[in-house]
Amino acid sequence: MKSFLSKLGFSGRGLVIAVPTVWLVAFFLIPFLVVLKISVSEPRIAIPPYAPLWETVNGAIKFNINFENYAYMWEDSLYVNAYLSSVKIAAISTILTLIVGYPMAYYIARSPEPRRSILLLLIVLPFWTSFLLRVYAWIGILKTKGVINHFLLSVGIIDEPIIMMQTDFAVYVGIVYTYLPFMILPLYANLVKLDNSLLEASTDLGAGRVSTFFRITFPLSWPGVLAGSMLVFIPVIGEFVIPTLLGGPDTLMIGKVLWNEYFSNRDWPVASAVAMVMLIVMVIPIMILQNAQNREAKT
Amino acid sequence: MITPSIAADAKPWRARTETPFVRVTNLTKKFGEVAAVDDISLDIYKGELFCLLGGSGCGKSTLLRMLAGFETPTSGQILIDGQDMANVAANQRPTNMMFQSYALFPHMTVEKNVIYGLLREGVPKVEAQDRVADMLRLVKLDGFAKRKPHQLSGGQQQRVALARSLIKQPKLLLLDEPLGALDKKLREETQFELIKIQEDLGVTFIVVTHDQEEAMTLSTRIGVMDAGKIEQVGEPREIYETPNSKYVADFIGSVNVFDAKVEIAAPDMMRVNADIGPILTEPMSGLTANQTVHVAVRPERIHLSRDKVEADNSMAGVVQEVAYLGNISVYHVVLENGHQIKVSAANSLHDDNPITWDENVFVSWSAAANRVLTR
Repeated sequence: MKSFLSKLGFSGRGLVIAVPTVWLVAFFLIPFLVVLKISVSEPRIAIPPYAPLWETVNGAIKFNINFENYAYMWEDSLYVNAYLSSVKIAAISTILTLIVGYPMAYYIARSPEPRRSILLLLIVLPFWTSFLLRVYAWIGILKTKGVINHFLLSVGIIDEPIIMMQTDFAVYVGIVYTYLPFMILPLYANLVKLDNSLLEASTDLGAGRVSTFFRITFPLSWPGVLAGSMLVFIPVIGEFVIPTLLGGPDTLMIGKVLWNEYFSNRDWPVASAVAMVMLIVMVIPIMILQNAQNREAKT
Repeated sequence: MITPSIAADAKPWRARTETPFVRVTNLTKKFGEVAAVDDISLDIYKGELFCLLGGSGCGKSTLLRMLAGFETPTSGQILIDGQDMANVAANQRPTNMMFQSYALFPHMTVEKNVIYGLLREGVPKVEAQDRVADMLRLVKLDGFAKRKPHQLSGGQQQRVALARSLIKQPKLLLLDEPLGALDKKLREETQFELIKIQEDLGVTFIVVTHDQEEAMTLSTRIGVMDAGKIEQVGEPREIYETPNSKYVADFIGSVNVFDAKVEIAAPDMMRVNADIGPILTEPMSGLTANQTVHVAVRPERIHLSRDKVEADNSMAGVVQEVAYLGNISVYHVVLENGHQIKVSAANSLHDDNPITWDENVFVSWSAAANRVLTR
């Protein structure tokens, strides 16, 4: 078998690499090029709703490449605002997720073995039900006649229901809830490796618990914090479902704009341009992360 | 300059007039039903270099961790410099610990590692930096201040750990297998450096080790531990020459141990019936006839010869194994009754006809070479 393949010019290594390469070309690179192509075409009321990149007019080839879609995005403040708002929402959600997730990851990592596995299972358990269903469930909890308001009213803490649905608050709740496992799991993987004797050494040298945490535990868990933050920050920028279901009309996120552009306006070229810019917005934090990790590895 | 009085010279444990610096009383630590440390009482004097010696799981590390404050005793008391440690948290104790794995903070430079304890204590930064520089000079690491731990060799890391644990000038330094991670040659060099630093600073050291040679080299006194109890406490020579049990005799150095029954226990003469035959020993009080005992005799106390010599104990046998170790050779001699006995002899330069395999030989030793053990 091996000699047969190598006669054909295949090496074992080449075969192993070929599978993901083919996958990436077929399902990432080609669609990417298609979107790139649409983003530089002219819109047209037709099927498909954009002009081809080149046409033959009277035997001569005529190119139809233009960057008007990109220019349009600059002119209409909606897009810039949507990007900025998305980055802001993603950044705040990341910090909130970190604040909620860190203590949980720390507690799980410090738990004795049988309990640790159960807690980890509980963290990934929500993945077993549909994401949409879980976000819908939050509507039931947050709405004006929902669980929270009902409870607060019956206990007598408030006199009239608090409006939580269709606010930024609801969006943050939804995002933090949904993305929490993506923060906890890399943090846990990092914290579980933390050598207990380092904490003992810090205590032995006179540091209290708080001092030990901020001087030893947290700095050493920095790679986990970075990884978890990126796993939350990057997809939240493009998040569409949560702001649509839980957010109000003024919750501006680029994912929602993109959806509207494609399906309501049927302006594929502008939608593609939005998608291209979104990709660039997301690539920047990834590059920052990789830079930081490379520096970490070197020192 | 006042030279600190060195416990190694003064030997305060002999007179017992000085108040012990560390006093452990009836200390017990149970993990579930298992007692890792079982009712231990121990006195350690100021300036001592005390070794806790024992195999893995004997409770020596648990005892050390209770002194450091990382484990809470189930019962019993720890006094350090007269102060009860029961309600003193680990970060408030006058002790510092050097960890087995060194536990250096990987994200900090050597300097930051060493200065850590001083800054937590509130020492002004400028003064702290001076003290760190002095300490790094003491452990011969000046010039390495800006390195990170992973850029150092094992021996250098060990010295950073030592510097870090000494920087706060603790009254008591606890060392958990301080040389365990070093290779043999480096370990031997470092042993003497450790003794020198200990004597220069006058700090009391308690060292946990499983290496009996290390314990013999380092310590003023050794506490041999087994199954949560201290079997024997004594100076290295005492432990080696007069072990009080079969376990201690066996653990320290090489030894022949024979099971025996007391035959005659008179004030002027004592003979036991051992499995290898009758053995004459020094008279010992408190023994009665037919009592079961062990007789321990060190291989170097036994004389090996081709001709029968006049001795208290002498037996004939055949050399089965010879191991040449350079300075000495170790012989395994099978006696006529089938039992085996270990003999070691110094190798002399001019011996061109050394005793070798399959030779008929005599093993002989004096009554005084025997140590009769009741447990």
